[in-house]
Amino acid sequence: MKVELRNVTRAFGLNRVLDDVSFEAEFAHVLALIGPSGGGKSTLLRLLAGLDRPDSGAILVDGTALERSEESLRLYRRTIGTVFQAYNLFPHLSAMDNVVLPLVEVHGLSKADAAARADEVLRRFQLIAHADKQPGLLSGGQRQRVAIARALAIEPKFLLLDEPTSALDPEMTAEVLDVIAELRDLGKPIILVTHEMGFARQSADLVAFVADGGIRECAPADTFFSNPATPETRKFLEKILKY
Amino acid sequence: MDFLFDRTDKPSPAWAKAATALGLLALYSAVCFWIFSSSVGDWKKVWGYRAVFLNGWMTTVGISAVALVLSTVFGVGAALARRSAFLPLKYTAVFYVETIRGLPLMFLVLFGFYGVADKIGWNDRLPVGILILSLFSGAYIAEVVRAGIESVGRSQWDSARAIGLTPAQTYRLVIFPQVLRQTLPPLAGQFSSLIKDSSLLYIVGVSELTFAAQQVNSATYSTFEAYLPLGACYLLLTLPVSLWTKSLERKVGYES
Repeated sequence: MKVELRNVTRAFGLNRVLDDVSFEAEFAHVLALIGPSGGGKSTLLRLLAGLDRPDSGAILVDGTALERSEESLRLYRRTIGTVFQAYNLFPHLSAMDNVVLPLVEVHGLSKADAAARADEVLRRFQLIAHADKQPGLLSGGQRQRVAIARALAIEPKFLLLDEPTSALDPEMTAEVLDVIAELRDLGKPIILVTHEMGFARQSADLVAFVADGGIRECAPADTFFSNPATPETRKFLEKILKY
Repeated sequence: MDFLFDRTDKPSPAWAKAATALGLLALYSAVCFWIFSSSVGDWKKVWGYRAVFLNGWMTTVGISAVALVLSTVFGVGAALARRSAFLPLKYTAVFYVETIRGLPLMFLVLFGFYGVADKIGWNDRLPVGILILSLFSGAYIAEVVRAGIESVGRSQWDSARAIGLTPAQTYRLVIFPQVLRQTLPPLAGQFSSLIKDSSLLYIVGVSELTFAAQQVNSATYSTFEAYLPLGACYLLLTLPVSLWTKSLERKVGYES
């Protein structure tokens, strides 16, 4: 898939989180966005997810520009799967009903078809034993896997994952990363904001470094980590790979 | 006497709790009997007016039931209006909620009935009374519901939008089910208040329960025998609401 930003600016008050960003990336499997906190990664992902609009500039996904009206953005959001850091699931519904809800209410499946589809994705991620549990009874890792299952069940064109493991302990992180690796093998394109450098290096086609209101560098994962092109990237990688 | 103290680190046994409750009940009954034994006499006279009590009680139940539905409509409406981006709607809701909550119900009943309803020629006591009570209770429900909506985290709205739900679907499928569970205890408390507050409608002559007790009192001159059933009748309505609330608090809890 292909994403393109043309002179995108997004400011919150005086803080220009993204400042006149132009960028183009074409990849088959995974685009990883890395960078320091507050550097604009999540803002960029929210723009790509159609949850937010740029103040100026254009965003193109596979050659089509995102429109600005809430109605057209809603239609766009229905074609993609987005997963946040935490609290994706609706706490009053079971894991199963969380997956079924968008299928029935948004995508017009019958209850039986939706249940069958939900059953299939929960089974694929070894979650079927937890289908009837509410999110409060699941571990953090299980919750994120259900959230990914919900996003995948609508058969999205691609997935957007915003630091899906940052609220988890190492064991649960591994269990969620396994699922993401599985999605990669399914051939579903993924744009992933992450702090897991090892995972980015191993499974991303392209890695983009987002900092100081812009995309400083975007390169194939191997080149990015072994031979970073900009001093900012080098400094960032040195700092986080030190320990 | 250690069993009379119920401490977190050393709870008192169940038999001690039951024995204490029963013992106190007997004690307080004896005290009441001693105080009132000289004056209590003529239950027969009041028994003759049981139909008046029953009618009054039925009216109170009716007023409470209708006002419960109406005040919920007003309350949810005002809570949503208060969150609206459209300023005239938002400010109308703020004005309604803050004004009503700042005024005593007694004033609202008197002014609503004699000051407003009378002026426009609406003399139907019962519906006017129900409307005033519903507007009063609705203002409090609005605040409960608003607090409930605000307690639902931003991530829930984000998730609902990310899935592609419309704002109406988001409220119906995601926000209100969570608001309902979180606000049920305070809402049930408000409903219990509503039942008790309906007693004030007697001052404009709505023939509900308190009005019935007044009538029986002035007909029989037996104050105690007229008012004791009044209290009992209100408890008969409010205690089940309170018990129901307690069981709900235990049942609807989910971890978020």
